[in-house]
Amino acid sequence: MARLVVLGGGVAGHTTATFAAKWLGSAHEVVVVTPNAKWNWIPSNIWVGVGQMTKDEVTFDLAGVYAKAGITYKQAKAVSLNPEGNTSSDKSFVTIEYTGQDKEGTSENIEYDYIVNATGPKLNFDATPGLGNGEGQMGDNTVSVCTADHAVHASHKLTEAIEKMKKGERQKFLVGTGHGMCTCQGAAFEYIFNIEHELRKAGVRDMADMKWISNESFLGDFGMGGLHMKVGGYVVSSKLFAESLFAERNVEWLIGAHTSKVEAGKVEYELLDGSKGEEEFDFAMLIPPFAGVGLKAYDKAGEDITGTVFAPNGFMKVDAKYDAGAYENWKASDWPRTYQNPTYSNMFAAGIAFAPPHIISKPMSSPNGTPINPTPPRTGMPSGIIGKAVAHSVCDLMTKGESAHLHEASMAEMGAACVASAGKGVFSGTAAAMTVYPVVPDFETYPGTGRDTDYTFGEIGLAGHWIKHILHFLFIYKAKLNPGWTLIPE
Amino acid sequence: MKKEEEINFQKSDDFSRTMIPGSFARKMRTCVIWQFIRFVIINIKMIIVVGKSH
Ligand SMILES: Cc1cc2nc3c(=O)[nH]c(=O)nc-3n(C[C@H](O)[C@H](O)[C@H](O)COP(=O)(O)OP(=O)(O)OC[C@H]3O[C@@H](n4cnc5c(N)ncnc54)[C@H](O)[C@@H]3O)c2cc1C
Repeated sequence: MARLVVLGGGVAGHTTATFAAKWLGSAHEVVVVTPNAKWNWIPSNIWVGVGQMTKDEVTFDLAGVYAKAGITYKQAKAVSLNPEGNTSSDKSFVTIEYTGQDKEGTSENIEYDYIVNATGPKLNFDATPGLGNGEGQMGDNTVSVCTADHAVHASHKLTEAIEKMKKGERQKFLVGTGHGMCTCQGAAFEYIFNIEHELRKAGVRDMADMKWISNESFLGDFGMGGLHMKVGGYVVSSKLFAESLFAERNVEWLIGAHTSKVEAGKVEYELLDGSKGEEEFDFAMLIPPFAGVGLKAYDKAGEDITGTVFAPNGFMKVDAKYDAGAYENWKASDWPRTYQNPTYSNMFAAGIAFAPPHIISKPMSSPNGTPINPTPPRTGMPSGIIGKAVAHSVCDLMTKGESAHLHEASMAEMGAACVASAGKGVFSGTAAAMTVYPVVPDFETYPGTGRDTDYTFGEIGLAGHWIKHILHFLFIYKAKLNPGWTLIPE
Repeated sequence: MKKEEEINFQKSDDFSRTMIPGSFARKMRTCVIWQFIRFVIINIKMIIVVGKSH
């Protein structure tokens, strides 16, 4: 019996573990190591953050689901990897530290035959002074919707702001990115328009000034270099549509901005032209930059090999081309296909945890040398598809032997469907429903826009909201492994 | 004549240089019958992209 250890019970890790357990049956063991007791459908945190859903509606307990699937569940965080074992054993192992199951703080070494790192992002609040509390957590100056608990807190703050407006006090809302190297602009985009929608519902929109602050060099970049869609006989940049929505909903924008410091009620920023400025706020939601979760790696002798296994940003190295060089040389083929670690073939990374070869948007920096550009997004659909492809590869390696063919899922060959909420309501809600194909532009295959404009589209409306709401139920249903779960695509 | 949907053009230079939907386009966004048709079409398009990606 061989053992697969999956680190992380989020979108990618849960997909990998549940498919692997199904395909391997009881012949092999699947272990999930994740610090969280609950699974969270993160996209719906936006609605928690505006008080339209509760934490319970977007989360469920993992223990029962893993018991049903025959998965060994360790509520713990991985700390380090020993891919070569140690001086007393050749067997690879991972060191974990429990966060629950009545063993908090206890360490354990788990041996593995294969390991999948799906630990997602570290929310690196402390990269911006004042955004974090100096101890790795979010500070008091802003709110966040990145976790369900953060979103609950954000919702309380929003309610307070609405109460103030009802009493005649104007409020300034600032939403966007909290650093020049952030990704996940889509989540901030959803949040600002959901706030705007709720303010209108509460009858206080005229008491609010709303501003978007972002590291994108143009509105609608979304870390993907933007996208082009066919509309009314034209092929149009997402810039035009994003600007249109902001203007329609009276949300001003500040782009090409690196948030350099956050204080109570004020951010300092630097722009792409090198100028610096300040923006005041009463309520701010700024997405933190992402980094790897800080796993260490040691060789057999106990020497630190973290730099061999992980990129400097903490994400795990996989089969990507990390030496592609300047922007002009970037190619779709730089992006990984199998997500296998180049040094240790029994190690894979899935979802946000893998190190991308480079960013997708055009690299930019201010004359002062401050990089201000979005880092590549790895949204739910690619994370799920990669998680499933990795599960497939590992299962084949375990059942057919080390020469088994590895399954491929390049972000330069897969599309993504994404629905960005702009307000919740069965008849009043809207969302931008988008597809891009491929996620990473391929200018060799699709000269001009880098994408297939027959499969890249977007439109805003109530239909998008219905889809987003249905997906909420569908993905939680799937993650709970209810009957027919394998039929629901990632 | 005051057209509500055009007022925002005046609010900033950025706004004045983009496009803002008129009242018909806005109504269609939440018109249940039209949006039901769009729902079917968007789903078909998404299923095609999802199918191409797996
Ligand atoms: C507010 C918000 C809204 C979003 N909306 C959308 C959307 O509408 N559509 C979309 O496609 N995507 C959306 N995304 C992105 C989507 O959530 C991510 O793409 C997806 O969660 C990535 O999956 P992952 O498994 O890589 O990471 P995660 O889902 O974050 O999972 C990582 C897991 O690893 C665990 N972990 C952390 N450290 C360790 C450790 N040391 N050891 C073991 N486990 C560890 C974590 O607890 C977590 O369970 C949104 C993101 C945010 C923040």
